[in-house]
Amino acid sequence: MSQVRIIRPSEADKIMKNLYGDLSRRLEGSPTGNCPVEMTSAFLKLCLAQSCGKCVPCRVGLDKLSAIYDRILDGNGQMGDLDLIEETARSIADSADCAIGFEGAKLVLDGFLAFREDYEAHIRKNMCAARVSEIPCMAACPTHVDIPGYISCVQAGKYDDAIRIIRRQNPFPSVCGLVCEHPCENYCRRQLVDDAVNIRGLKRVAVEKAGVVAPPECVASTGKKVAVIGGGPSGLTAAYYLSLLGHKVKVFDQRDRLGGMLRYGIPPYRLPNEWLDKDINAILSTGVEFETGVSVGKDIRLEDIRKEYDSIYIGIGAQAASSLGIEGEDADGVMSAVEILRMIGDGERPDFSGKNVVVVGGGNVAMDATRTSLRLGAESVVCAYRRRIQDMTAQAEEIEGAMAEGAEIMSLMAPVKIEVDENNHVKSMLLQKQVTGPVDRGRPSVRNADEDVTVIPADIVIVAIGQSIDSDAMAQVGIPTRRNRIVANLAAEVTDMEGVFAGGDCVFGPETVIRAIEAGKVAAVTIDEYLGGNGRVAMPAERVAASYKFTPACGRVNMTERIASERKEDFDLMEYCMSDEETAQECSRCLRCDHFGLGKRKEAGL
Amino acid sequence: MEKIRLTIDGMEAVVEKGTTILDAAKSIGVPIPTLCYFEGLNDIGACRVCVVEIEGEPKLNAACNALCEEGMVIRTNSRRVRKAREVNLKLILSKHDGFCPACNRNGNCKLQSLAEQFNIYHIPYERTVLKTRWDTTLPFIRREGKCISCMRCIEVCDKIQGINVWDLIGTGSHARVGVNQGLSINEAGCAMCGQCVTHCPVGALIERDDTDKLLDAVESSEKIVVAQVAPAVRAAWGDALGLPPELATEKRMAAAMRRMGVDYVFDTNFTADLTIMEEGSEFIERMTHPGEYKMPMFTSCCPGWVRFVKLHYPEYVNNLSTAKSPQQMFGAVAKSYFAEKIGKKPEDIFCVSIMPCTAKKYECDVPEVNDASDKDVDMVLTTREFGRIIKELNIDPFNLPEEEFDSPLGSGTGAAVIFGATGGVMEAALRSAYYLITGENVDADAFSDVRGLYGWRDATFRAGDIDVRVAVASGLANARELLEKIKAGEVEYDFVEVMACPGGCAGGGGQPIKDGQELAEERKERLYDIDRKNSLRRSHENPDVLALYDEYLEKPLSHRSHELLHTRQEDWSI
Repeated sequence: MSQVRIIRPSEADKIMKNLYGDLSRRLEGSPTGNCPVEMTSAFLKLCLAQSCGKCVPCRVGLDKLSAIYDRILDGNGQMGDLDLIEETARSIADSADCAIGFEGAKLVLDGFLAFREDYEAHIRKNMCAARVSEIPCMAACPTHVDIPGYISCVQAGKYDDAIRIIRRQNPFPSVCGLVCEHPCENYCRRQLVDDAVNIRGLKRVAVEKAGVVAPPECVASTGKKVAVIGGGPSGLTAAYYLSLLGHKVKVFDQRDRLGGMLRYGIPPYRLPNEWLDKDINAILSTGVEFETGVSVGKDIRLEDIRKEYDSIYIGIGAQAASSLGIEGEDADGVMSAVEILRMIGDGERPDFSGKNVVVVGGGNVAMDATRTSLRLGAESVVCAYRRRIQDMTAQAEEIEGAMAEGAEIMSLMAPVKIEVDENNHVKSMLLQKQVTGPVDRGRPSVRNADEDVTVIPADIVIVAIGQSIDSDAMAQVGIPTRRNRIVANLAAEVTDMEGVFAGGDCVFGPETVIRAIEAGKVAAVTIDEYLGGNGRVAMPAERVAASYKFTPACGRVNMTERIASERKEDFDLMEYCMSDEETAQECSRCLRCDHFGLGKRKEAGL
Repeated sequence: MEKIRLTIDGMEAVVEKGTTILDAAKSIGVPIPTLCYFEGLNDIGACRVCVVEIEGEPKLNAACNALCEEGMVIRTNSRRVRKAREVNLKLILSKHDGFCPACNRNGNCKLQSLAEQFNIYHIPYERTVLKTRWDTTLPFIRREGKCISCMRCIEVCDKIQGINVWDLIGTGSHARVGVNQGLSINEAGCAMCGQCVTHCPVGALIERDDTDKLLDAVESSEKIVVAQVAPAVRAAWGDALGLPPELATEKRMAAAMRRMGVDYVFDTNFTADLTIMEEGSEFIERMTHPGEYKMPMFTSCCPGWVRFVKLHYPEYVNNLSTAKSPQQMFGAVAKSYFAEKIGKKPEDIFCVSIMPCTAKKYECDVPEVNDASDKDVDMVLTTREFGRIIKELNIDPFNLPEEEFDSPLGSGTGAAVIFGATGGVMEAALRSAYYLITGENVDADAFSDVRGLYGWRDATFRAGDIDVRVAVASGLANARELLEKIKAGEVEYDFVEVMACPGGCAGGGGQPIKDGQELAEERKERLYDIDRKNSLRRSHENPDVLALYDEYLEKPLSHRSHELLHTRQEDWSI
């Protein structure tokens, strides 16, 4: 008989593996606001359970740490316990034999150092400042849209009410139905059961099915005038709510049409103009006026606007492109992603047929440039990125989509030089192979590999490595800036500038659409308060009461797209909507956290 | 309204859309046990005692907040349901300080009765009872170990009173009810109204028990013990003893008070009438001297409301009438006029008041409303404590005779009785103000528009050539809404009555508790009934009050009145 055997996973192993999977989903879906002391204490017990028991620091040390946590949480801690935790955790991290111990201790230590104040509150006042978010998706959405509210309306076929509910917090249901990064889904409690609800997809359904929904009535005119500089998502959001709050609002924008980066940054195959215009038309229908094709600081003086208006909101975004700073960057054929996407927004369709395009960058904008190039007929599109694919900041579906459409991602490739021909036109791109290395601030750093430079042919190079803020015109008239960003606080008030407010990308640097909308809404409330209002306006919409019905674990309906070979030929919307059947199932997966759990206490206030 | 048909325990029920399973079951005579649930206030489904089985659903649902749907089939009493309820009760009991005999909710405790119903005689879990410190000199006391985190106190303070004193603190197994943001109760803006106490299903929130203090006082021969009883107590005292309303008369209550051993059985109604004379005169003074006083004038008889203004709207402190509350006026009169009448010094008299209120325990300790002596009212018993004393003294309330109140501080008009209901002070004031302005009496029911129960309401009355715009609110969330509207200039009034407790003192925080029931409405009706049957229904007709002015005070707002019966609101800070 043979001395060796094939070892098949036992039933027990399989069950445990499933349990680990369930637990990691549970952890991934943790709501915001959990108590760091309570959570660290639980992590500690988990680490301890994983200990093999050999070495002293892990077996005894983690256990003793756990006991200290218990007494702190029971209200019996003493201030001396804090030093004891730190000393013990450091020692375990330093002296445990294997990663079970030293990584476990590091986890405790990191949490302890970051949340020391919470520990002190527990010890001094037996008080926990933590508040688990009542309705996790709502808490995670920067604009706090009543997500269970509109999902229930979609489920009941009350699409207009769904739109009204969304617009209470966010005047861009169509835009967000297509392109929101949906941070809400990262916190969806449904992850404890199977997977997050496809919230963004259901918002799209609401938009597709609803007719033209009129915005609510504006309150009586206050007689105040507000100028909004920048007609992007942040400025238009501020304009919408300020208009509802009874102020006369005028939006100034340097481009020919409103929308900012929504029109001039997001290509139409992801966000068609008609969709964008639907939201913009609703915003304008509240009485918002606008003037496009004017550049503040050039065509019109900010001082004059200040004189004419009671308040100003600056939401000029981040319109300038960052450059690589390598040789050949000024050659013909080199452009920024901002430039090419702006052309697309203006309706131009430059012909890339027969061209080899190299896109540099790894974010969503790089993917937009890549996929736009394919649609412009490029012969080949290569996206060069200095780190690994999983380190890219672009959303996974964007990367996958680009690859399916025929783009090639060259990861771990850093641009070193752009070679030109005799006419100073791009000829090729020189890329230096990189090696992934030690983790630095959360992600692996890269360094040059000990290999020769790779040369790839290029007729067009598109630089998509980030955007910066063109705030010179603002700085010249005394608006405070720091590294080109306008300096404003979290209530959108610009430091030392009475009546001037700012928010969005021009304050925080390039972020997501939903963040810009949040900034515009916060600014609207602050400005209204500044003008003597209370920031409140009735926005009626009917919610649907929760049903007791629970849908057991069930797959999530993901969005599908037109096939790659077809969609890459045009700029038409590439994503399909959910079917009615899929919509019904997806709606039923919503756990109605506004009714079950602590959200029930909030239900009446929604 | 859309109708829904469903089956509950094999029986058909037809209900309106939006009806909960709990209410649907009740409508066909199927009781579902509840614990944390409180109708109209708390339906968060925390205790999981009201769970029921819905056919086709993988797990049990809370009947208190699950809405009926067409064709659903519900089992409210299956073994599975009962088992879940039993386990949940055992879990609650494992964290409850269940030393029931030594609890003043013994025999009137929702958890206790559920434990009995579910035949719980053993808790298989380790018992862990939390303790936190509480200042036991406060008018009400919170006992952490008794708390079952039903969160009713949070909801009543939040929704009805709008103060948010309580909150859920911490997470996980350490989550517990506590003072918002970990503050001390003294920093939390608490009005001391006691609504959290009357809505607590167990003994986690209770009034400070002062019964021993009274029993000691009546035992001592050194002091003359004088008792006053608030208008609203007469509408509720029977509830504390299981005495039906027809037996729980005012006169039987007077007899019960006398059996406690007090020397004089007097009535706060007397000083309610006196309050009307003073406050009504003050109101006319304010109305006829525009620009000299802050308007509108606010009533000042409710200490919960007075605390609320001082803590939350200090800019309105001087809108409060300077008139003391009837309780404190009584103390002042008892220790001056009455003491002189019986040839005693103020310190020879011990004054106890029986109140529907926890905030009165606080009020009697405020130095600025004690002017005839160091302490005009020596102690306050709530209606609940009054009931407990009767029990402790082994008095059978059913066999008490009907007896009269003593003279002269034992008389009161119908106007005084209705102080115990929201709108009553206003109505009583208007009955007399009309007379004081016009010199004529008007029908006592002419101002009944200010009656009502919840929310806030307003009316305008004409007396002579003066239009009086009045508003009445009860419940501090309503009061806050009213104040905000006044502040925003959206409404304008001359006279505003506010009672901290919903429904007024009838629903006061010191009144007997019947779990799950709001009793202000029926108690209010009893008060209006007494008013209707009274031969005197206007405060200015109370002969003993008129005698007091004749013999001692001279006239309303006289120098002596100001000394004894008024306070400077801005001096009295919290």
